[in-house]
Amino acid sequence: MFAFEAATSSPGNPWLNIGIFGAFVAVTMVIVFRASRNNKTAADYYAAGRSFTGGQNGSAIAGDYLSAASFLGIVGAIALNGYDGFLYSIGFLVAWLVALLLVAELLRNTGKFTMADVLSFRLKQRPVRIAAATTTLVVCFFYLLAQMAGAGGLVSLLLGVGDQVGQAVVITVVGALMILYVLVGGMKGTTWVQIIKAVLLIAGAGVMTVWVLALNGFDFSALLDKAVAVAENPAILDPGLKYGVSEVSKIDFMSLGLALVLGTAALPHVLMRFYTVPTAKEARKSVVWAIWLIGIFYVFTLVLGYGAAALVGPAVIAGAPGGPNSAAPLLAFALGGPLLLGLISAIAFATILAVVAGLTITAAASFAHDIYASVVKKGKPEPGAEVKVARRTVVIIGVVAIIGGIGANGQNVAFLVALAFAVAASANLPTIVYSLFWKGFTTKGALWSMYGGLISAIVLIIFSPVVSGSETSMLKTEAIDFAIFPLSNPGIVSIPLAFLLGWIVSVMDKTVESPEKQAEMEVRSLTGLGAEKAVSH
Amino acid sequence: MGNEALSAEVDLSHVDYPAVQQSPEFQELRKTHRSFVFPVLAACLVWYFAYVLLAVYAVDFMSTRVFGSVNVAMVLGLAQVVTTFAVTMWYVHYANKRLDPQSEKIRTEIESGDFETEKAVR
Repeated sequence: MFAFEAATSSPGNPWLNIGIFGAFVAVTMVIVFRASRNNKTAADYYAAGRSFTGGQNGSAIAGDYLSAASFLGIVGAIALNGYDGFLYSIGFLVAWLVALLLVAELLRNTGKFTMADVLSFRLKQRPVRIAAATTTLVVCFFYLLAQMAGAGGLVSLLLGVGDQVGQAVVITVVGALMILYVLVGGMKGTTWVQIIKAVLLIAGAGVMTVWVLALNGFDFSALLDKAVAVAENPAILDPGLKYGVSEVSKIDFMSLGLALVLGTAALPHVLMRFYTVPTAKEARKSVVWAIWLIGIFYVFTLVLGYGAAALVGPAVIAGAPGGPNSAAPLLAFALGGPLLLGLISAIAFATILAVVAGLTITAAASFAHDIYASVVKKGKPEPGAEVKVARRTVVIIGVVAIIGGIGANGQNVAFLVALAFAVAASANLPTIVYSLFWKGFTTKGALWSMYGGLISAIVLIIFSPVVSGSETSMLKTEAIDFAIFPLSNPGIVSIPLAFLLGWIVSVMDKTVESPEKQAEMEVRSLTGLGAEKAVSH
Repeated sequence: MGNEALSAEVDLSHVDYPAVQQSPEFQELRKTHRSFVFPVLAACLVWYFAYVLLAVYAVDFMSTRVFGSVNVAMVLGLAQVVTTFAVTMWYVHYANKRLDPQSEKIRTEIESGDFETEKAVR
């Protein structure tokens, strides 16, 4: 057993951690610069010239998807809450079947750069585009906040930076690096960062998994026994430790499960990745690669979570700076000392950096392509102006993310990510599914569904226990309590509501959408006719 | 292999999409696609929510030890992973065998102007 000294200092060597992270930044910077020489047109900047292979894009999707919440959050949740933490892993993985079966290929065939391209294909351009861009920006913003807030918490553990000012400086550095990557590299650079990060993350988690199993004679059951002995609680092996405590928490868990499984296929930064490959077939291959990589990684989390419980102990993890988020780094330290801690820390930082970069380019593309080029300039921007606007947007979003990240530092990261999933599933998924598969869907139905889903999800969150009413809420006091909605995840209400609104309003709507456009969309989505081609240089 | 082989941009402005949509070939493709993705996805979601409901409301069953300390919950969780992998491979196989040939045929015929419906190409 390892005994950690004062909880305020880093267990490892901060300079070693910084050194390893610096090496990662240096290597990726060189690659980004080399990869970005051909960034000329909008298709280059937003969609990497559509030149990635399915395998490359699948790895990048895994890199985009396995955020700090997945790695640090789930391992920590299993270490502290036992089996309930693993339920996240399953939801995050099964969700990919929705993306594979319903969305990926059809979206690649009908769109150009953004989610709004598809949603506004056969409906009225302006209002639908504005709505889709709005939901894209909101989802990206919540996801960004979660990642930036996670960066602050991580820093306190890894670099031994305990005070608020020091953490703010680190958040600023992470944000500035991200702006640089995205400005210079565009989608191509961002993709390479994500690929490298995915390989490092999955390899790192794999090594730790084998190591943990080897220490227990490759007997998973023995590992579980050890975890139970250290935690002094046999219930960590069974479901219900966290979500089984009351009827409300049970419903809350189902709400979370619904949001997780339906949110993935509606996350704008995931959808945008499908445009970086040349064909629908490559889009399919990317999802297959992503499912394998993500699935294997989530199996690792089960071993790592119980490994952290057995080798570090829930009490030590809960007391460490960074709380549950420190489980994976502390396990690395218990296994391989300061060097492995440094490597895993650098990977965790790289994770945040890569995900933040992917979100930023998605938000910037949505603003420049959907709002500026399509709505403000009515589809006729001056040559080069769109990319220029996108680059400026990157800087603005970067600055907003840094400020928001400093403000959200210390907030519950998992909550923000689950909120992003719930908002995406409520605001985007019904409209994506209806416009691809239902002829009777109308513009009015799309607007009601998107705004209805977006607003109901956010309003329910504001009146939920996550924002007010307890010491652990965002307002951090029991004195202010307007939590009239009992669940912390709005999905179970807002997702069916958005589906219902889209259906009822379309049925009651007397306007008829262009049948020619509907025919064109359906034919193109299934055959790939007229799909955007790869850019040849 | 998908449509990357096509180099030159093809002019598609003459394509009568409603006629293509109504053609038997396209209706067949649409049916092939929908008759797979809808039922399979529905089954997967039912299986997922059954698992979630068991984890929340059948804790005693899920806590039953299967071998050593490994319980039903862990076995079912890993079964979710396995079925996700299996459905993925099944869909890829189906798409390569059934969907791609049909969609490729329609696409190349339209692009070369040979698509035969009453007035698909004017």
